Amino acid sequence: MAHEHSGDAEGTPLARNHQVDAFVAALLTMIGLVVVFEARRLGAGWTSDGPGPGYFPFYIGLILCVGGVGILYQALLSRSANTGVFIDRAQFKRVMSVLLPAVVFVAAILLLGQYVASAIYIAVFMVWLGKYPPWKSAVVGVAVNAVFFAMFEVWFKVPLFKGLLEPLAFLGY
Amino acid sequence: MDEISALFHGFAVVLTPMNIALMFVGITLGVLIGVLPGLGGANGVAILLPLTFTMSPTSAIVMLSCIYWGALFGGAITSVLFNIPGEPWSVATTFDGYPLAQKGKAGEALTAAFTSSFIGAFVAVVMITFLAPLVAKFALKFGAPEFFAVYLLTFCSFVGMGKGSPFKVLVSMALGFALATVGMDTVTGQLRMTFGMPELMRGFDFLIAVIGLFGIGEILLSMEEGLRFSGKSARINAKVVWETWKQLPRYWMTSVRSSIVGMWMGITPGGATPASFMSYGLAKKMSKNGDKFGTGEVEGVVAPETAAHAAGTSALLPMLALGIPGSPTAAVLLGGLLIWGLQPGPLLFTEQKDFVWGLIASMYLGNLAGLIVVLMTVPLFASVLRIPFSIIAPVIIVICAIGAFTVHHAMLDIWFMLLFGVIGYAFKKLDYPLAPLVLALVLGDKAEDSFRQSMLMSQGEIGIMWANPLVGTITSLALLMLFWPLISKLIALVRTPKAKPAFAEEQPVD
Repeated sequence: MAHEHSGDAEGTPLARNHQVDAFVAALLTMIGLVVVFEARRLGAGWTSDGPGPGYFPFYIGLILCVGGVGILYQALLSRSANTGVFIDRAQFKRVMSVLLPAVVFVAAILLLGQYVASAIYIAVFMVWLGKYPPWKSAVVGVAVNAVFFAMFEVWFKVPLFKGLLEPLAFLGY
Repeated sequence: MDEISALFHGFAVVLTPMNIALMFVGITLGVLIGVLPGLGGANGVAILLPLTFTMSPTSAIVMLSCIYWGALFGGAITSVLFNIPGEPWSVATTFDGYPLAQKGKAGEALTAAFTSSFIGAFVAVVMITFLAPLVAKFALKFGAPEFFAVYLLTFCSFVGMGKGSPFKVLVSMALGFALATVGMDTVTGQLRMTFGMPELMRGFDFLIAVIGLFGIGEILLSMEEGLRFSGKSARINAKVVWETWKQLPRYWMTSVRSSIVGMWMGITPGGATPASFMSYGLAKKMSKNGDKFGTGEVEGVVAPETAAHAAGTSALLPMLALGIPGSPTAAVLLGGLLIWGLQPGPLLFTEQKDFVWGLIASMYLGNLAGLIVVLMTVPLFASVLRIPFSIIAPVIIVICAIGAFTVHHAMLDIWFMLLFGVIGYAFKKLDYPLAPLVLALVLGDKAEDSFRQSMLMSQGEIGIMWANPLVGTITSLALLMLFWPLISKLIALVRTPKAKPAFAEEQPVD
């Protein structure tokens, strides 16, 4: 999305609605084009045994393109375009403070498995954004995951991802 | 009355101790989901779906549908006490619910909300009991073109009845269909849209999309607003409940009107949210106290809650009878049916009698159980909302990750969930509707199959969509819906004396 970093005061608008709207619409139009070309490659026409595999996706891609161009027009050229603030600096910071740790969290799941990664994630999140004392955060993180463990592994017998390092292998589940 | 005896048979199926226990577990979980930000009916049911894989289908659907009822009830708690709608369909409830709470009448507002929710749902279930078998019987005659016409009507209704830019509805829907085509082609077995990546062979599961779009997206939105909960406390005791119930019959007209609006919007995929707004607007216009709306009128709580529940419940009718869900949550329940090996649609009523009537019976019982549970436990759930956001947010993201993983036991799905979260955040901010995307993702394969079969039958002639009166009517109705935004603009142009009627010719036709 259009996140030009202009100005440094908190609350400075980073992007306006019609800009982001146009950007997303352009992206969707591009996806539509990809779908259309892929459908053409697969065979969007009539084969010996009926409609080809690309027959239906072709029209879907076409609708995406038409709709995308329509939104693009409304966002850029129409007088009724919404020029309100899409996101300001403070908001962007807050959103990123959730999104980026979440990305790290998912990467950590890959190594440590869901229980351990979740416990660390919850504890770190609480210390970092909630300003809780570390021991309190650790207790909450472990307790929440102990409940999940009991619920999924023991009660409903749905195994969760244990990670490449399998730090919980000693539990025998 | 075949339906009555079938219904009693259904009660017999459902009334086992295990199922009743699951019902209360489901309601409690559902209210919790409804109260928490970021978890709602659709993604809550999606996350808990894998837990039911080991249960019998009947027990599973009893629990899942009770989660749904619970979520519908739960949305009202946050609206009244915290002025934060827990669910989109309870936005209209805040208009009069929160002012009532500010006046110290929170108990009254909540009792009115829960009771009218119950009434709305009850009326809708009665309607389902008698109408669903008829619709199913009628739909047995459907062939591929008829089904495609109904799919078309479903999606065109989104365009015709939605607010905002019709292009956005269209694009949201097309994106859903495009994502649904990723993976193996159901007819030829060819890989489509995978671009050489074997991980994409499974395609995008809509459950992952639901968890990401509604769960992660919602958390990002709440975070952006820098949410601070500050709520009113509520005490509900028997006296408050009784006093409120005594004055509710006065609003019977509002209840009837709202139920009808709700049921209509639920069956056609308008959904619970527009139903609640429409019903609030109608009540405001028609009530004697209309000008006092917004300052804490009980009637202003009754109207949206009745409609939202009536719509939420009615959305299950097309799901059961036609296999076409009327809302994202109904779509998730439909996904559940498919996983348990049940094919929703007209045949369900003849082949899986126990299941269907068990489900319908559980709707009656679940709503009753829900009413009892919420009336007794409001303070408990209100205290959940006092947990700071910095604890709730990571826990919900963790729950979403668990839910996304358990669907297919695939790590990649958790990444997709995050991606859908970002999409959900951007789409919500830009007023793209999410329901068409989810429904298109669910129905993509089926819609495509029925389209291809129709084309095969007619050797590529589009005329098959008007081959007989039935399919012709549905198709024409669908096209009317599709072009409704344009048509209503033309009508407005003709009616306004200032606008030149000749100008109407120049409107763009897409």
